[in-house]
Amino acid sequence: MILRRIDKKQPSEFKFSKNNLSWAKKQIAKYPQDRQQSAVIPLLYRAQEQEGWVSKPAIEEIAKMLKMAPIRVYEVASFYFMFHLSPVGEKAHIQVCGTTPCMLRGSEKLVEICKKRISKKQKELSSDGKLSWEEVECIGACSNSPVVQVGSDYYEDLSEESFVNLLDKLIDGNPEPGSRKKRFSSEPEGFFKSSKFKIEEKTNASVKLFLEKPFSTDRKK
Amino acid sequence: MLKDKDKIFSNLYGIKEREIDSVISRGHWDNTAKFIKKGSSWIIDEVKKSGLRGRGGAGFPTGLKWSFMPKPNPDKPSYLVVNADESEPGTCKDREILRHEPHTLIEGCLIAGFSMGAHVAYIYVRGEYVRERESLQIAIDEAYSKGFLGKNAAKSGWKFDIYVHHGAGAYICGEETALLESLEGKKGMPRMKPPFPAMAGLYGCPTTVNNVESIAVVPTILRRGASWFSKFGRANNTGTKLFCLSGHVEKPCVVEEEMSIPLKELIEKYAGGVIGGWKNLKAIIPGGSSVPLLPAKLCNDALMDFDWLRENQSGLGTGAVIVMNSDTDIVKAIWRLSKFYNHESCGQCTPCREGTGWMMRLMNRLVTGDANLKEVENLLEITKQVEGHTICALGDAAAWPIQGLFRHFRHEIEDRIKNRITKNIAAE
Repeated sequence: MILRRIDKKQPSEFKFSKNNLSWAKKQIAKYPQDRQQSAVIPLLYRAQEQEGWVSKPAIEEIAKMLKMAPIRVYEVASFYFMFHLSPVGEKAHIQVCGTTPCMLRGSEKLVEICKKRISKKQKELSSDGKLSWEEVECIGACSNSPVVQVGSDYYEDLSEESFVNLLDKLIDGNPEPGSRKKRFSSEPEGFFKSSKFKIEEKTNASVKLFLEKPFSTDRKK
Repeated sequence: MLKDKDKIFSNLYGIKEREIDSVISRGHWDNTAKFIKKGSSWIIDEVKKSGLRGRGGAGFPTGLKWSFMPKPNPDKPSYLVVNADESEPGTCKDREILRHEPHTLIEGCLIAGFSMGAHVAYIYVRGEYVRERESLQIAIDEAYSKGFLGKNAAKSGWKFDIYVHHGAGAYICGEETALLESLEGKKGMPRMKPPFPAMAGLYGCPTTVNNVESIAVVPTILRRGASWFSKFGRANNTGTKLFCLSGHVEKPCVVEEEMSIPLKELIEKYAGGVIGGWKNLKAIIPGGSSVPLLPAKLCNDALMDFDWLRENQSGLGTGAVIVMNSDTDIVKAIWRLSKFYNHESCGQCTPCREGTGWMMRLMNRLVTGDANLKEVENLLEITKQVEGHTICALGDAAAWPIQGLFRHFRHEIEDRIKNRITKNIAAE
């Protein structure tokens, strides 16, 4: 169990954008009457997508929307690890998977690169404020390890070289996610070279969604 | 080796067209109403006959679980909840179903939901799987537009709705009652059982929680018959299964194979073998991080099914094979799992909240070699104190990998400590 606290410096207010607000109302409607509390995780996550992190005003606003006591929302925000309780890198927050399957395939080297290139300590901003990083627990793409997650997307089958390259690209734009070994998805490497397979789709489903709409929600930056 | 025609997930890797008309042309959603018209007891019987055991780790017979649901009551609606909170280290199979074969899951939800009298299903997808969740939602929208879901789902006369819900990065929410708490908008802390979810689950109503793969295989089982499914694998361990191969193999992958396939065959045929060859194998973890490891000498004859692995003091778990070759610092590999459990303990039960920290710190001293031999005993004692003394199985899951390590590699740990002591004396 890890204790997490909210940042001392807080913005004065939080407001969902118009689109996000109408999205939030649809989320609440998924659950039976008087069970609107169920929507707390999706709403907090959308607030984070919009602002980059979950602030105290966001927690209070969501509590109001869901008719919950603010402490109950705060409890949820501090319990679930995907909620950032302090600001993260302006361009990207790099989540390096460090659990055993990724560790066996070299995630420790990626962590070293983060320490050198971004900041010595995790969850601290780089000197220009553009990047931040943290080591996360298994993100569930073990057959494509080592993996890092940035926002909604997974960058898979990384090496030291391709990871450094990725960091450079993240500062300038939105590099395409997916395998860095030219695998389609989680097949054995080189599996589709045989002519018996007809590849009808251009990319796997995750990459396709990125290409269609890199950000699926309203964002400040 | 499983033939292509016998694979349930024919588009596991997503290379074939994924929009709904192509999915239908591959045989999914073919006359689903036919099964529903045969009635719920027929469906449950077929699933029982197929021998399908839950694919989420515990291996509980799926048909039997469904039969625990009480008769429908208008005051207390029944719910089907699909556990897509795939977080067990080593496991990445449900991800492929969610993004590339979502219709197997959606159709399975309708059939399973009907058989237990549920009109609503919630699919709880782990927070990190954002694109996978989006893919699933697109598929659900397609199913609505074709009339496969909604007031008269697939023209069966049964009203059925599916909602996608998501978590936000807590491993514990893979435990079924913690998942229900999370779905109710609370911290994911497991509930005491009984009452079991079939009596009082989501919102206090009868609920069945099933793994993604358990639900997704059901339409094909009904379509091809229980006897087709049960001919794969050994008795009591039937069917096909998704295996995730990771770690020190040449080509890590996710693959569908027969249950009870020999481990060696699985690794050599699909994953291109162990890095450095089979002789270079040190140990494997056969079912995700929670099960004890198997040393190389047991791997030669290992069969990948529930019973063989249980008889050899391990488990099939989720079918996630983590391979470690002789370059691995095995103590460190297990220490990293201890760190994982320490991070993910929800903090509700004292033995787990405190014990996972103690285990991690003692393991860390073993990695560096700073521990003394007495601490080895302490560590094992702690694992025994945590195991079986918590509300959910996370405490057990944290203890077992360490117990497995000591069962098979105790000499290596003790040698490391002795070497350190001898070196220190020599230096003086």
